[in-house]
Amino acid sequence: MNDSIIDLKDLFKSFNSHKVLDGINLAIEKGTTVVVIGRSGCGKSVMLKHIMGILQPDKGQVLVNGRDLGELNEKEINGIRMKMGMVFQGGALFDSLTVGENVGFGLIEHADITHKELFERIEESLYMVGLCGIANLMPSELSGGMKKRVALARALCMKPDIILYDEPTTGVDPITADSINDLIKSLHDKIKVTSIVVTHDMKSAYKVADKIAMLYQGKIIFQGSPKEVQETDHPIVHQFINGLAHGPITETIDCFR
Amino acid sequence: MQFFIRLGKKTLSFFSFLGGLSNLALQTVYWSFLPPYQKRRVVEEAKKAGLDSLYIVSLIALFLGVILAFQIAYIMQRLGSELYIASIVTLALVRELGPVITSLVVAGRVGAAIAAEIGSMQVTEQVDALETLATNPIKYLVVPRFLALTLMLPVLTLYADIIGIMGGWLICVFKLGISSSLYFKIAFDSMLFKDLFTGLSKTVFFGMLIALVSCYEGFNVEGGAEGVGRATTKAVVTTFILIIASDCFFTALFYFIFP
Repeated sequence: MNDSIIDLKDLFKSFNSHKVLDGINLAIEKGTTVVVIGRSGCGKSVMLKHIMGILQPDKGQVLVNGRDLGELNEKEINGIRMKMGMVFQGGALFDSLTVGENVGFGLIEHADITHKELFERIEESLYMVGLCGIANLMPSELSGGMKKRVALARALCMKPDIILYDEPTTGVDPITADSINDLIKSLHDKIKVTSIVVTHDMKSAYKVADKIAMLYQGKIIFQGSPKEVQETDHPIVHQFINGLAHGPITETIDCFR
Repeated sequence: MQFFIRLGKKTLSFFSFLGGLSNLALQTVYWSFLPPYQKRRVVEEAKKAGLDSLYIVSLIALFLGVILAFQIAYIMQRLGSELYIASIVTLALVRELGPVITSLVVAGRVGAAIAAEIGSMQVTEQVDALETLATNPIKYLVVPRFLALTLMLPVLTLYADIIGIMGGWLICVFKLGISSSLYFKIAFDSMLFKDLFTGLSKTVFFGMLIALVSCYEGFNVEGGAEGVGRATTKAVVTTFILIIASDCFFTALFYFIFP
């Protein structure tokens, strides 16, 4: 597939002999939203960090725009990162900086722009996530949902082609969760960003996904459209999406009881 | 058997610490020289490390001078040579106690803060967030602290030396009845340039040590709030030991270089 913007090829990663990624293969086409589902701690966030180049694989390749991150130097990787944004699970806002400085961080550090332009870009990004006039607050003054949206604004401020979301709807109330889903969807529709959303919130997955992939025991065991996922008779996927306590995923645990 | 396994593990972790620290030191020096220079952040950190430590350093240095003068007076009065109190207080402060006590105070105050701050940034993924925003965490977090501490510790030490000598002056003038001018004359006559130089030059190294060890422990935090606490303790304890150990080395070295 030549039109894939991100291509994970045979990715392996272990931490202290604990295998987290066990040969992941996943291609993501430009302009689509791919949702990766899986149980907590199955390596979803680790996969995102590989795409960002924060972690290096033990084996395998990460291709972004056709370029292998493993073969690039730091400067070139940073060039690619400027076109990507990541929204961390807890927001990961810098708590020593104001909301405005957080949102404009990438521009302040890397772009040569005037004060006025910077201010406009910050306000524009905050406007897109529905938070106006909070640029002077500190992150500690925000609620959890607001932090997530500010984190998204920070990613948007760089005008990225790709946005990675790490559990965007976890830990926020259902209404905020739905507004975040709307936001992801509207970014996809309006500015055609490619999105990868890691989540175990199935409602969110069905709403935003063009394609859903399931990560299980370090491998992608299933991928398809939301409809295909709902109709599948794959026992593991079936157990996960319906949230059943008994089934093949928990069998290994059951046999110890 | 268990003993040897533990010993082996300790040795391994010691060497991995040493390796990690040297690696961080090399990268920090490399990024320090690479533009763009973050002057504003260095000044900010220098203020946190230097200016904000003035209070506690003043207090401790003053007490130290007073204590030294009393202790030395005890023996000198028996020998009938109270005049030398000034020179002994000055030399002890400038050569040894000023640099080491100031470094330990800064390690406890600033080093702990650095380890805790970077540690909590690590557990809340802020360090990763820096990388996703195409910013090198060493350049952004370590370099300003490293430069600030390397520059500020000698300045703080010089300040502590002066305050300590004033502490000695208080006792000599108001308790022992030595005149002010005589105290300062004896104090400064006995002090050579090499005394000041050896005292201050080692604090440059101590400053680097505090910054690097604290940042290293901060980056290597594992497991939430408890991990941050552990890293902070570890950073302070390790710097204390390294400061005293390297001070022993420097003292021996200077003893032979400047006899």
